Amino acid sequence: MEAVSRQYRVPLPALAAASLVLVTLALALIFFVAPNDADQGFSQRIFYFHVSIAFTAYACFAGGAWKALVHLWKRDPLADLESYVAVHQGLIFGTLVLVTGSIWAKISWGHWWLWSEDQLVLFLVLFLFYAAYFMLRFSVDPGPQRANLSAVYALFGVVLIPVSFLAIRIAKSFIHPIVFTRHGPNFGGWILATYCVAQAALLVLAYTLYRVELSGKRIDVRLRELSLA
Amino acid sequence: MTTAEKYVTAAYCTVFAVVLVYVLIIALKLNRLEREVQALERREAKPAEDERETISVG
Repeated sequence: MEAVSRQYRVPLPALAAASLVLVTLALALIFFVAPNDADQGFSQRIFYFHVSIAFTAYACFAGGAWKALVHLWKRDPLADLESYVAVHQGLIFGTLVLVTGSIWAKISWGHWWLWSEDQLVLFLVLFLFYAAYFMLRFSVDPGPQRANLSAVYALFGVVLIPVSFLAIRIAKSFIHPIVFTRHGPNFGGWILATYCVAQAALLVLAYTLYRVELSGKRIDVRLRELSLA
Repeated sequence: MTTAEKYVTAAYCTVFAVVLVYVLIIALKLNRLEREVQALERREAKPAEDERETISVG
């Protein structure tokens, strides 16, 4: 059991409670406190979850890459499992970025998707890259070879994160809004406060789901070991 | 309800639904793990019963 166990400082029930409180608070702020955007009106409210989910997805992919590096460095079997779960979380949040982004695009631009928009296509590339991670992982038998291949692949993918993030800033057509510039966020007051709460809520929710999934995976691995013993 | 309100509601409902489906899948997986633990416990308990049966009484 030592191979795939680790003590965490924050207990899971506390994390789940924090997620519930923060998500509820974020939704209350989004729908009852945050003002309507002067340009987009009510539809701008998608921004709070869309952007927060996008940053959470980036954080999950980056976390997965970090754990992959730890695995390659220390050959820790738990780091491989943590990397896999983080990438899985990233993919779930990536799906939500694409869905919420498409809905917002339909209201704002009149299209569900625009292939001419580099930032959309680059995020899709990042998403598909990590989707292929699972094809690679499950095409190899469990063991050190699978863990090493997955770790190297997850590390390569991290390069796409800054590319995808910067694409919004370097794109020639500025249809996609830029909310964070060199001088800070392009908004303030309740919009900024609501965004910060939504971002915290999504990060804590993602971490909670990560811990729940990881617990299940660890029990699964331990059961397989016991079954073979 | 305006069109914008409908789209915003759809976006937030999608997020909620995806998280709910994810939690449901995790719950199903935990159920499977529980069944496997029970099967393992039964397997572990069986040899002990066999041992008791092989004790010589004569």
